[in-house]
Amino acid sequence: MKPLLRIVDLHKSFGTLEVLAGISIDVERGEKLSIIGPSGSGKTTLLRCVNYLEKPTAGHIYVDDKLIGEKQVDDKFVHLSDRELAKERAEIGFVFQRFNLFPHLTALDNVSVAPRRVLGLEKRDAEERALAMLEKVGLAHKAGEYPERLSGGQQQRVAIARVLVMQPKLMLFDEATSALDPELIGEVLKVIRELAEEGRTMVMVTHEINFAEEISDRVIFMDDGKIVEEGPPHEIFANPTHQRTREFLRQIIDR
Amino acid sequence: MPEFWIKMWEWWPEIFPVLLRATAMTVQVMIGALIVALILGMAVALMRISKFKLLRYPALFYTDVMRGTPALVQIFIIYFGLSDLGIEFDPVSAAIIGLGMNGAAYVGEIYRAGIEAIHRGQVEAALSLGMTPARAMRYIILPQALRLMLPPLCNYAILLVKDTAIISTIAAPEIMFEARRLVQATFMYSISGQIYLLCAGFYLALTLPLSQVAKRLEKAKERWR
Repeated sequence: MKPLLRIVDLHKSFGTLEVLAGISIDVERGEKLSIIGPSGSGKTTLLRCVNYLEKPTAGHIYVDDKLIGEKQVDDKFVHLSDRELAKERAEIGFVFQRFNLFPHLTALDNVSVAPRRVLGLEKRDAEERALAMLEKVGLAHKAGEYPERLSGGQQQRVAIARVLVMQPKLMLFDEATSALDPELIGEVLKVIRELAEEGRTMVMVTHEINFAEEISDRVIFMDDGKIVEEGPPHEIFANPTHQRTREFLRQIIDR
Repeated sequence: MPEFWIKMWEWWPEIFPVLLRATAMTVQVMIGALIVALILGMAVALMRISKFKLLRYPALFYTDVMRGTPALVQIFIIYFGLSDLGIEFDPVSAAIIGLGMNGAAYVGEIYRAGIEAIHRGQVEAALSLGMTPARAMRYIILPQALRLMLPPLCNYAILLVKDTAIISTIAAPEIMFEARRLVQATFMYSISGQIYLLCAGFYLALTLPLSQVAKRLEKAKERWR
């Protein structure tokens, strides 16, 4: 079976600053991939390229064998229209570090707005699905609350429900717990763990080393826009091959 | 001093109805111009934030010109200037078009500031969920931006009421024009002070309620944040 996500020789520069210097990754269906690395290593940019929030400078991305953000016309690559791109994005779920809930909508509306306005569901059906997802992340009782009344952990769980309700093929987590107070991290990790156990394909940029080790099938260490090392978690964390990997892990774990 | 008020009392029945009718005209022009400004301003704002230079630059040019020249000049061009080219407007239409187009530049800036105040992260979240930029604008950005825009829009409405006075120069039958006609007609009685004081009163009658609304909107905005 073909990999669900194929990143082929991805390059991204912001002006003269090269942030991604040729990244190639395959992620199999149902695989959990964690990406770790220092700030500035390009890991967030990499994730944002996958759902085309950033436009790659070179290289290609395929989700379920479909080119993302562009299409091939004869032997040239052409940008997609807004509508085509939106359709592709609807199948990829992105969880942001800062949740990015819509403050003018209740938790229920936050989760049901996309099914209604993107998938075209009727209000009642959309809300039914939304409630089910809120239930799944343990927040059905907060359906009528506005984001400002929710804790960080609750907001992030609503954000995850908002992604889940669209039934994405691939889920991307951009440091999903980095903006949370320590005591709230656990509730979010619990939800992510459950998603992992359901066999979803997930790519996570994270600083939570223990968690990454627990649920990942593979870990990639990035630095300076390149992949330095990759392998199963126990190999990377217990026995890193490269000096840079070792240094980075030492800094993180020795905190 | 008391003489002033005696005269006011004497002349009140003559002055008041005239100015009242004129105020109705002022309100008409102000509402007309406001509608034009609100609609045209939205177009200007969307062009200003567009990713296409072809849309952005004309909108920028329009805003700079409208805000950089006196509204009076703009209205004169529409009323006097265009008639040389064969396009004629009656004073009221010219006033509504002129003030409306001028207002569109200011209102456009208010819209733009409101839209840009919405945190980029929300736009990204909306796009990530599969919304097109247009849908994101309609369901996520504009509803929030609207609440931010209401107080400055209300303040603009107040300014507009006062700015209608300049159309007295093209003989639109609004407050200042009728007031000056009255002053000329009653010249020998020297009641210009009383007449203009009453004018101020009428303008206040229009702007004070708007100020109240503006204050309430500000409070609502604070509470909602």
